[in-house]
Amino acid sequence: MSGGERLRVLVAMSGGVDSSVAAALMRDQGHDVTGVTLKLWGGESDSGCCSVSDVEDARRVAAQLDLPHYVFNFAEDFNANVVDPYVADYASGRTPNPCVECNRSLKWGRLLNRARSMGFDALVTGHHARITRDGSGRAELRRGEDPAKDQSYVLAVLGQEELAMTLLPVGEMTKADVRVHATRLGLRTAAKAESMDVCFITRGGRNAFLDARVPAAPGPIVDGDGAVVGAHDGVRGFTVGQRRGLAVAAGERRYVIDVDAATATVTLGDRRDLLRGGIALSRVTSTGASIADGTTVLAQVRAHGESHPAVWHGDHIEWVEPQPRVAPGQIVALYEGDRVLGSAIVV
Amino acid sequence: MRPESIEAMLPFLSEHPGNPSGSHGAARAAKTALEEARETVAGVLGCSPNELVFTGGGTEADNLAIKGGARAARRRAGLDGVVTTAFEHKGVLAAAHRLEAEGFRVAETSVTAQGMVDLDDLARRLDGSTALVSVMAVNNEIGTIQPLPEVGALVRRLAPQALLHTDAVQAVPWVDVSLLAAGWDFVAISGHKFGGPKGVGALVIRGGVPVDPEIEGGGQERGIRAGTVNVAGVVALATALRITHDRREMETARIARLRDRLRDELLRAIPDAFVNGAPDRQTAGHLHLGFPGVESEALLVMLDDRGVYAAAGSSCSSGATEISHVLAAMGMEKDAATASIRLSLGYASTDSDVAAAVAAIPRAVAQLRTPVRT
Repeated sequence: MSGGERLRVLVAMSGGVDSSVAAALMRDQGHDVTGVTLKLWGGESDSGCCSVSDVEDARRVAAQLDLPHYVFNFAEDFNANVVDPYVADYASGRTPNPCVECNRSLKWGRLLNRARSMGFDALVTGHHARITRDGSGRAELRRGEDPAKDQSYVLAVLGQEELAMTLLPVGEMTKADVRVHATRLGLRTAAKAESMDVCFITRGGRNAFLDARVPAAPGPIVDGDGAVVGAHDGVRGFTVGQRRGLAVAAGERRYVIDVDAATATVTLGDRRDLLRGGIALSRVTSTGASIADGTTVLAQVRAHGESHPAVWHGDHIEWVEPQPRVAPGQIVALYEGDRVLGSAIVV
Repeated sequence: MRPESIEAMLPFLSEHPGNPSGSHGAARAAKTALEEARETVAGVLGCSPNELVFTGGGTEADNLAIKGGARAARRRAGLDGVVTTAFEHKGVLAAAHRLEAEGFRVAETSVTAQGMVDLDDLARRLDGSTALVSVMAVNNEIGTIQPLPEVGALVRRLAPQALLHTDAVQAVPWVDVSLLAAGWDFVAISGHKFGGPKGVGALVIRGGVPVDPEIEGGGQERGIRAGTVNVAGVVALATALRITHDRREMETARIARLRDRLRDELLRAIPDAFVNGAPDRQTAGHLHLGFPGVESEALLVMLDDRGVYAAAGSSCSSGATEISHVLAAMGMEKDAATASIRLSLGYASTDSDVAAAVAAIPRAVAQLRTPVRT
């Protein structure tokens, strides 16, 4: 996919400004562009991303750009691959990352496969990350141009096959540039607010969503020595590392240091109790070649968090400096400089 | 739209903008045109002009008949049963579900694998308290023409007090509704299904059948459907209906030949394709085909790109395709349903349309069946 070639591309249009501009950029580079919006989640009260009004925004932008636009209904797969595991994770005291799982199984799973079978050359999204080529033509995933908006973390699960067929045109721009470009084109999504929350969690909030699917079990909040210091109405409201919303009175700052779903117990401690020397990992992926044991990498444990150096050991990393414990179920993205090496899930 | 229909409506958007409810001179032309249109439509549908109410489309006509008819029957005679079928248009099913929420007993009669209403099942659902029975004339997805005379006879025998409603929106181009639904209390049609405009429809309300209005206001349409009548739309609907009726025999014969050729050539090119529905009970314009292993959602996009407009399921407000409740009601497996598409032909279909579809569909199906290299 070198410059100048006219490609048939499928642009995943969420109805937001980034994917709107991605579609416009591809069109203006002379590619044969088709827009698609995924219907992932249904229901009358749907107000998250990919709701009816977002589909309508995507459709209107596509019309403005004179692009064909379609809606693919992946709701069933989304439920099976994203929502059900999300609910099951919280019920077992883990903290899942549904956006990453959606990228893995829906956007770069079913959608990419469909794009391939339909004869498209590439899948395009509006993510803020960059894909470059090394000397041998292999695709490399890198942080986006705008450090504050970098989304390489949520794409870290992609492998060479997926990256080789992906284009991320807005990753070369800052968010401010994206909005300027959208305004210049007169796109209706130019000033649209960013989606911040999990798209299928709507009005009632996360706990209400989860409680409607798995009954919450109340239990104790205990201190490191086992003393009961409070009570909670369900472990799904707690994540390892959490500080806010702990309904206990304590002199110093308290953190959740453990969540045990089996006994419905939430354990608190201070910051020192939270520190760990490393993280045990499962479901390791790599964007290219696998990482050699003993390599020092930069590990990032949340979408917009900092990365810290760690030594890679295949099924775990060892922090160079101890770091706060990361909740089981979270994604760890591994970097070398600004290049993504791969990902794993915290055990 | 049929060109004659467009031409007929234009004067009522320009030189005759009058409100037919008015009494001044400008109203007269509109009033005259409205009543002439009413006579035309009544003539084709086999009712008298005062048995006809114009509406804002087929869905509104269905809602008016089902809710208005059932509510009036409960109010006047205490009847509380509503019987419909599982593969009706959403405009009928949603109205029935609304009645269910109001305390009516609502039953959905099952349909056969060939897409015909199951008369034995229907018989079991009828009783002396049935207020209304709604069975469509032609299914919108599968194109099967339903045995309304048999349905009517069954209902009159087993549920003598029940009102008979048919959603005939899909039927007008293909069958003479005045014969198929002879004697039915309510018949709903919609302009855009036979070359008329969108957003205008009509409901036959057989003489004396009480109906509670849905839309109340200034008493238009004999108080059954208030609101200024869309004169231009009604005139265009009547024009399209008259032409459709007059040319039906000729047009359906021509369309049937096109459809048969399309079906035969596609089956020849794609030997494992399967035909859905009952061929001997389908209209001339419907062809519903499945291609094992192909996802219709992807196929439709590829066909659209090649100028072939097909459909699958029914569209919801977001534009996403939902699994068809019609195919589900026919007991079709999910894999077969998602592998199926609907090809519709009409008065505007030509030989070259068929040729384009015959060229595009086998190629697209073959491509979607090719294992992707990764």
